[in-house]
Amino acid sequence: MIESDVFVQALQDIGVDFFTGVPDSILGGIIAELMERRLYTPAVREDEAVAMAAGAYMAGKIPAVLMQNSGLGTSLNTLISLNYIYQQPCILIVSWRGQGGKDAPEHLVMGEVMPQFLDTMKIPHRTLTEKTAFDDLRWVAETFMKKRIPVALNITKGVVKGLHP
Amino acid sequence: MRPEEGTMQSRAMAMAALLELLTDQPVVICNGFPSREAQKIADRPTHFYMIGSMGSAAAIALGVALSKPNKQVIVFDGDGNVLMGMGTLATVGALKPKNFIHVVFDNEVYGTTGNQPTISNVVPLEKVAKAAGYVNVERVREREDLVYEFKDMLKKDGPSMLLVKVNEMVEDAGRVMLDPPDITKRFMQAIQ
Repeated sequence: MIESDVFVQALQDIGVDFFTGVPDSILGGIIAELMERRLYTPAVREDEAVAMAAGAYMAGKIPAVLMQNSGLGTSLNTLISLNYIYQQPCILIVSWRGQGGKDAPEHLVMGEVMPQFLDTMKIPHRTLTEKTAFDDLRWVAETFMKKRIPVALNITKGVVKGLHP
Repeated sequence: MRPEEGTMQSRAMAMAALLELLTDQPVVICNGFPSREAQKIADRPTHFYMIGSMGSAAAIALGVALSKPNKQVIVFDGDGNVLMGMGTLATVGALKPKNFIHVVFDNEVYGTTGNQPTISNVVPLEKVAKAAGYVNVERVREREDLVYEFKDMLKKDGPSMLLVKVNEMVEDAGRVMLDPPDITKRFMQAIQ
């Protein structure tokens, strides 16, 4: 399991300097660490977070947006009719609720279709593992710089330490 | 009667009056006719014209304002847009960026799609903003009041909302001509 502070430091090391989003339990440890470092700007909806990130990017920041995968649905239009067509990249750190069919009912459909959903939205994505974490983050940074569109790093349960171990 | 009885000023007239008072401040302009009109009245590299993602203008501007605390950031928004992204009034009110001025051109209709009514005739958006935590809010109708209050807000710490009642008149303005990636690049360079 990756410690939250190590994960946040790794994001800062690749240059991320604007963090916003809407919480999820899987992301609880990361958000707590970001708040401790006074780096986190809370949003009330994921599409708002994505739009704030777009503004931050245009003002010279490297933004990351944290969200539960349900938020991908909420922010779909902003991601494609703002970030994608205007070439405003951001790093989406998406918790993969409902993966493998083991979760509360409201997460099961999105949990099942999430990779195809991201493909359809033309959002490059990868799923973080402890073993490949270094490569995963390097890939995120490279894709962000090269493609100038949103790029998603999916986080499954138990890969980054949460609030309740 | 729609819009508010006695409203003589068009959005383009109000917008022109405000743009005269601005120089190099970043201005985020919501999608639909507002962006087209702003481009026609005064096209500046510091303008970010939206063509989609309705409801997001204030959130984009908030991202700019938080990242550039030494620049005053202006949003040109509409009533339909504010209603769609109403949660952002709460985010702005909570974060209280001092450099944030939210102008709402309120014509009580979705003008770009054929003047279907919004609900801003019965929901006073500036009062929502005030309740959410905006520091200064004003509702104006006449040009003189608009200019006076906007000048005042430029001198004050925000966040501020200036709601201006306008009529449904639309300026004969074409679509935004720049390609979206070029709007991004130009805006980024201009506000560095």
